[in-house]
Amino acid sequence: MRLDAQIPSGPLADKWDNHRFSVKLVNPANRRKYHVIVVGSGLAGGAAAATLAEQGYNVSCFCYQDSPRRAHSIAAQGGVNAAKNYPNDGDSIRRLFYDTIKGGDFRAREANVYRLAQVSVNIIDQCVAQGVPFAREYSGYLDNRSFGGAQVSRTFYARGQTGQQLLLGAYSSLSRQIGLGTVKMYNRHEMLDVVIVDGHAKGIITRHLVTGAIEAWSADAVILATGGYGNVFYLSTNAQGCNVTAAYRSFKRGAGFANPCYTQIHPTCIPQHGEDQSKLTLMSESLRNDGRVWVPKKIEDCPLDPKMVPEEARDYFLERKYPSFGNLAPRDISSRAAKEACDSGRSIAPGGQGVYLDFADAIQRLGQKAIAERYGNLFEMYECITGENAYERPMKIYPAVHYTMGGLWVDYNLMSNVPGLFVLGEANFSDHGANRLGASALMQGLADGYFVLPATLPNYLAEVGANRPSLEVAPFKAAIEAVKERTARFLSIGGKRSARSFHVELGKIMWEKCGMARSKQSLEEALQEIPALREAFWKELCVPGTGESLNMELERAGRVADFLEFGELLCRDALAREESCGGHFRVEYQTDDGEALRNDEAFAHVAVWEHKGDAALPERHQEPLVYEAVKFSTRSYK
Amino acid sequence: MKLFLKIWRQPNAAAVGAFEDYVLDNISPDASFLEMLDQLNEQLITQGKEGVAFDHDCREGICGMCSLTINGIAHGPRRATTTCQLHMRHFRDGETVTIEPFRARPFPVLRDLVVDRSAFDKIIQSGGFISVRTGSAPEANQTLVAKPDADRAMDAAECIGCGACVAACKNASAMLFVSAKIVHLNTLPQGAPEKNRRLLNMVKTMDEAGFGNCSNYGECEAVCPKGIPLDFIGQLNREWAVAKMKDIVSGVE
Repeated sequence: MRLDAQIPSGPLADKWDNHRFSVKLVNPANRRKYHVIVVGSGLAGGAAAATLAEQGYNVSCFCYQDSPRRAHSIAAQGGVNAAKNYPNDGDSIRRLFYDTIKGGDFRAREANVYRLAQVSVNIIDQCVAQGVPFAREYSGYLDNRSFGGAQVSRTFYARGQTGQQLLLGAYSSLSRQIGLGTVKMYNRHEMLDVVIVDGHAKGIITRHLVTGAIEAWSADAVILATGGYGNVFYLSTNAQGCNVTAAYRSFKRGAGFANPCYTQIHPTCIPQHGEDQSKLTLMSESLRNDGRVWVPKKIEDCPLDPKMVPEEARDYFLERKYPSFGNLAPRDISSRAAKEACDSGRSIAPGGQGVYLDFADAIQRLGQKAIAERYGNLFEMYECITGENAYERPMKIYPAVHYTMGGLWVDYNLMSNVPGLFVLGEANFSDHGANRLGASALMQGLADGYFVLPATLPNYLAEVGANRPSLEVAPFKAAIEAVKERTARFLSIGGKRSARSFHVELGKIMWEKCGMARSKQSLEEALQEIPALREAFWKELCVPGTGESLNMELERAGRVADFLEFGELLCRDALAREESCGGHFRVEYQTDDGEALRNDEAFAHVAVWEHKGDAALPERHQEPLVYEAVKFSTRSYK
Repeated sequence: MKLFLKIWRQPNAAAVGAFEDYVLDNISPDASFLEMLDQLNEQLITQGKEGVAFDHDCREGICGMCSLTINGIAHGPRRATTTCQLHMRHFRDGETVTIEPFRARPFPVLRDLVVDRSAFDKIIQSGGFISVRTGSAPEANQTLVAKPDADRAMDAAECIGCGACVAACKNASAMLFVSAKIVHLNTLPQGAPEKNRRLLNMVKTMDEAGFGNCSNYGECEAVCPKGIPLDFIGQLNREWAVAKMKDIVSGVE
């Protein structure tokens, strides 16, 4: 597997500018000869599809939802980072870059992250021009707030619905292009395979989720913006439909999968209520600006009404352990601290999974009205789900799977090792290292979609020329047959168990053996259990109905089948990475006070997995991470 | 909890649908309404029967994909709550619950409880945007927006495009949806240059899609999960009158 990151030469601050000058361009009159497929319509996909169409390319965009406006970027709450330094509190491109590298525990690529910080300022300009109603001060200027892992206020926000507003901004630009006829939008289409012709990605196979039609589409390049794989844990904050299929099918066609073990467990989610639960709900990290996280110091105080636990009997464990960042410690650190508190028996929720997030002090200091203005919708959402009023009683929270930093390997141009296959947003691995900072997912999705890909894709297109293959060539015929065969196979197993029941079981294995704390032993157990579960799946699955109609059980079966293979890859990666870094915590590798212990000598690299056939084990390759501008240091938020 | 369910089943858009009865036991009051339907579907699938098809995705009340008319009310009995955020603690043990798709001519049923709401996308495509090309934006703080305007735009921008307003309206009017987008974009200075054009195009597309007119009953406001207020329709009507006059007098590009 050839892994050339294509990082431009020159000083860090000049790389992106130099690169944009050195790439080949496609002249405006020739752009209409090219066809580009974009899969996914979230921040990255929607922004890319709209921007490429504005430039003059023919774009086809696919999403599994009934409208591009539903993509799960919409659920991001807290905000979007940008190095504008409007508050004049010491922020700069270099600081955003450094915070992101450090937050990612020195496992991200320097050049990509620096570019992300550079582009961040353009994102805010673009979104404001689109009409995104960011929060403002009375003067009319944009307001900022602070977020985890940073000591400056660089987060722009639109109440607690920043993701929604940014997505609707991208959706409005996309809709404009659809209206102009430059983007053809295919809703309720799920990508089930990528087609490789002469070594280049030249098309995809989709299933129309209403009619069941399995169709092939050809293009000059394929852009995947298909999100993360958090649902491999079954319970996560992802939408129900989020899946790994597009990325995993690409992996099986030769694309390298990078760092699958880097998963983010978000510290502030509503704890699980029972066995029938289908998803976990996030309470934005922004709440930690004003909320204080605590558990009782004594186990016997845990069942008490929180008001009855006096101040001196409370353990504000984040403030105690990390005095300089306090409740705004990064996500991985906060999550582990909550787990530690609960594992010591001091959980305040049944099942040993819950800590308090208390707003009493902030309400006393600022008044309930100010708190309601900042977080009103989040408090409503909390009440809706739990039936409790968080203005009067502290929220109960617990960590949950939220984001996946791993993804398909891409070079500086966001192209995978398969020429012509580009990967954007959460679906790629590139910018967050082993842990993502809050409000950086929106930044990365939009950076990739609005600014990075539209500058790098033309270079590839100009090199290969406009010559998308006919659907009659052998690779298309073979791929479409393979998808049809697989669909028929799901329908013909004739067992007794639903796809969901297997997904639940897989999720339990993943959470218990490859969740917030991982060990050699737990991972080896998971690597035994997952193949056994997969075998049972292919014998006992029941998918009623046919393939020629809207069949949600069939859709689920396909996604679960891929999770059952991908979960194994994730555990294999976690086992091979014999260190703790960011969201990947191996119990064997920790400091005396329980912090993650990195091994920079052996593991300062990207692990890239290559599929070697269904009968063989995948092969682990390495892309070394070379740091020129920053020096390795132990992350400390104390 | 135990519930008696009457659920609309319809194999496809062309078929004739009908209600079917189901009994579901052991429902947790902490479960969401959609988790209750998941539980029913698990029961059906293990009997080899096809589950009830319904739209859903984020399950946290923001994507707008879930729908359902529950006991005759779009998104069910709780105010300002999407179906996915509705919890079973708001139902009585032993209650009979009727579940139908969102019904409106511009939203044809595709299967069971799944409807086609692409008419909403068409309305947005005809004008629900600010025509700004990526890269041509000025520095963000060059455009000042008074806080009350930014807040009003945000109130309107909260619309999730679920279509409950249409399902609740006896005229199947989409005016609450359209007014939310108009108030969002026309309140902001960035949206001013094309405000008349935007409005006339969106209203034209709305009419062509077969949505009816508003007759001020306010059912839409009552079921809206995001609390979009009826007075936005007032602003839509006022701005439409101004835009139409300009169009008649001098033409709106």
